[in-house]
Amino acid sequence: MRVMAQMAMVMNLDKCIGCHTCSVTCKQAWTNRTGVEYVWFNNVETRPGQGYPRRYEDQDTWKGGWELNKKGRLTLKAGGRFKKLITIFSNPVLPSLDDYYEPWTYDYETLTNAPLQEHTPVARPKSLITGKDMKISWSANWDDDLGGSAATSEKDVLLNEVSEKIKFEFEQTFMFYLPRICEHCLNPSCAASCPSGAIYKREEDGIVLVDQDRCRGWRMCVTGCPYKKVYFNHRTGKAEKCTFCFPRVEVGLPTVCSETCVGRLRYIGLVLYDADRVLEAASTPDDTGLYEAQRQVFLDPHDPEVIAAAERADIPRDWIEAAQRSPVHALINTYKVALPLHPEYRTLPMVWYIPPLSPVVDAVRDTGHDAEDHRTLFAAVDALRIPVDYLAQLFTAGDPAPVDAVLRRLAAMRAYMRDINLGREPDAAIPASVGMGEEQMYDMYRLLALAKYDERYVIPPAHAEQAHSLEELATECSLDYEGGPGMGGSGPFGETSGGAAPIAVENFHALRDRQTSDTPAAPTAKATRVNLLNWDGKGSPPGLFPEPPPGSDDGGDADSGGEVEPKP
Amino acid sequence: MTASAQPLTLAAEAGAGGTLLWVVLPYVSLAIFVLGHIWRYRYDKFGWTTRSSQLYERRLLRIGSPLFHFGILVVLLGHIGGLVIPKSWTEAAGISEHTYHVGAVVLGTIAGVATVGGLAILVYRRRTVGPVFSATTRNDKAMYVSLTVTIVLGLAATVAANVVGGGYDYRETISPWFRSIFYFQPDPALMSGAPVLFQLHALSALLLFAAWPFTRLVHMLTAPLGYLTRPYIVYRSRDVRLGARAPHRGWERTGS
Repeated sequence: MRVMAQMAMVMNLDKCIGCHTCSVTCKQAWTNRTGVEYVWFNNVETRPGQGYPRRYEDQDTWKGGWELNKKGRLTLKAGGRFKKLITIFSNPVLPSLDDYYEPWTYDYETLTNAPLQEHTPVARPKSLITGKDMKISWSANWDDDLGGSAATSEKDVLLNEVSEKIKFEFEQTFMFYLPRICEHCLNPSCAASCPSGAIYKREEDGIVLVDQDRCRGWRMCVTGCPYKKVYFNHRTGKAEKCTFCFPRVEVGLPTVCSETCVGRLRYIGLVLYDADRVLEAASTPDDTGLYEAQRQVFLDPHDPEVIAAAERADIPRDWIEAAQRSPVHALINTYKVALPLHPEYRTLPMVWYIPPLSPVVDAVRDTGHDAEDHRTLFAAVDALRIPVDYLAQLFTAGDPAPVDAVLRRLAAMRAYMRDINLGREPDAAIPASVGMGEEQMYDMYRLLALAKYDERYVIPPAHAEQAHSLEELATECSLDYEGGPGMGGSGPFGETSGGAAPIAVENFHALRDRQTSDTPAAPTAKATRVNLLNWDGKGSPPGLFPEPPPGSDDGGDADSGGEVEPKP
Repeated sequence: MTASAQPLTLAAEAGAGGTLLWVVLPYVSLAIFVLGHIWRYRYDKFGWTTRSSQLYERRLLRIGSPLFHFGILVVLLGHIGGLVIPKSWTEAAGISEHTYHVGAVVLGTIAGVATVGGLAILVYRRRTVGPVFSATTRNDKAMYVSLTVTIVLGLAATVAANVVGGGYDYRETISPWFRSIFYFQPDPALMSGAPVLFQLHALSALLLFAAWPFTRLVHMLTAPLGYLTRPYIVYRSRDVRLGARAPHRGWERTGS
């Protein structure tokens, strides 16, 4: 047994209202730079839908993840080491920008400096790639809330797996949101695909990161990741991906997406697992067995043997205690309501999901039956094959049994808690019907419905012995670094070449650059661009308003034909 | 491309000019090549990348890039075979001058045409595809010029020597000169007698090598051959340098 700790996440999909706050805050924190305009470390997809990038789940096309070869051994679906090196000069299955979308901004400047004219000036969309006018035809959320699904629904990869009838009826039947971040897999195929060995999994907390100093831009990781959560920064020529907000997690704060989640649907905690059994689990012959196989890799943090082994593996005591209190471990292994996303990719993903019961509840309520009664709900779970089959495609490689079981547990909790809330005698038969005790059911309810910040996010900070690595955040002003390398803009060898600047310095300069710049399309003169999203409303950064024409100090312009210009 | 079988040379004899071109320049460019790479690797690891533009355009790249890269790899092998391995070795191995020459010309022509063709596609793509062109720096443009000149001169020298002059045995002059640099007994006289196109090819290559560490060509030195042997999943301990500052300890470490 080789115990390792993994920082993991569970999302309760019933609570997701599709507000995209997580995506926006993540974008503002991590990817509001040139080169990564199209990059969404966190995105929220409407299901059924195509996802982002379009149809990323179609692994026959994109060749992401692992597969078993004829001998039953685990191999990369896009080909092994030799094939990777042979195709390194032109990756045959790299999504192009069309599969994401061409990022754009608007030419807001026209609105303020257009000459007097008959028609109101228009802020035209400008491509952030070419800087030219463009026609917007797709974006990260084009099919949000099933928008345009009449035209694009047949492109949902999972719907192709289920029957014609379902394809026809799905729109009336159900819809839910699926927030996605990097899965920080136990068996990451992006890391395995990286020719330079720049993508690594951290020993301490299992976060998968790209070493920006070792990445050479071979682009194989983008192909390797079946979730398409590694992105290529087209300005720096390096791969970037979700970092699980490691600078925050190291000091015990939840990720930005979790912190700002309006529905409070995210849970973060540690999971202990046996690293020696990862390969075996990923090689499970049957796709539908992968969910159970992965659960078997996780270790019970209360087991004295596991604790002893963890201590031998130098996992600090407070981390073991955090693993015992971990909401993620509870939801996955104790209550068994969380399921992995696409286990059939064989990467052993570590962001799990509690499938939504709401499609079932809505359907029952619409028929006029009692949507809180467990018998009705159980019958509905059995009867409503459409959502269950679809969820099974998503979470269990098509096996409906585990999804059924989870939905029944959630339905039972709903019915059981109604009795308590209405002051009736709680019915012990309800939890028993899904194999749970009354106490356990109440605890699950607490965790799913009431859990406060420190119960949802059980994040042991990085250790005091390593506090020096956190200095930048805590003990001294990191900005006394003016003129250091990498200070915004370009070094001699292209975008941000030069050594790495401290993260805080980078943020400071990026923010200042954005506040003091003025061109709409970044590639032309990105040193002067104003981003109103980052303007705090105080003062007016240079470039926010167009330069007053010379000789107009008196405020009026004699040449404007008697018309008085509107003043801000 | 006036090829000449006669020894029309740049420096008449290995005088001061010959010494400058075939002794000083090689060592200077070699020094810049080595030290420049060391400096670049220390100073600019982040800028050390292929700067791939496949995201912008892939149809032309799919043809041009493999054509160029595989071509240039064969060309590289050919140069190693021609410059590094002495003639006496191949003859000892039973390969006659004629056999060697035919093999070199056939292989070299195929590889050369592939390289130049691929390069033409890539340059065309870089100029005509909007996003690719706007991602092209001045550094890139200079590099493209230098690289193209070197490759075209090399191909021209071979073609000219074979078509017009019936072959030139560079293994009698250029190769010994090349090797002489590395055992520190450079002999400029060997090079002074070579045809002018070969001389120009060598000179442009020397200049290219001097510019090499400061261009995107550095990605060649980190060709990921280690991928063939390393384990698939890389585990690393948390990097204390992530904050980009050398850590200093505030207290003495205790037992654990």
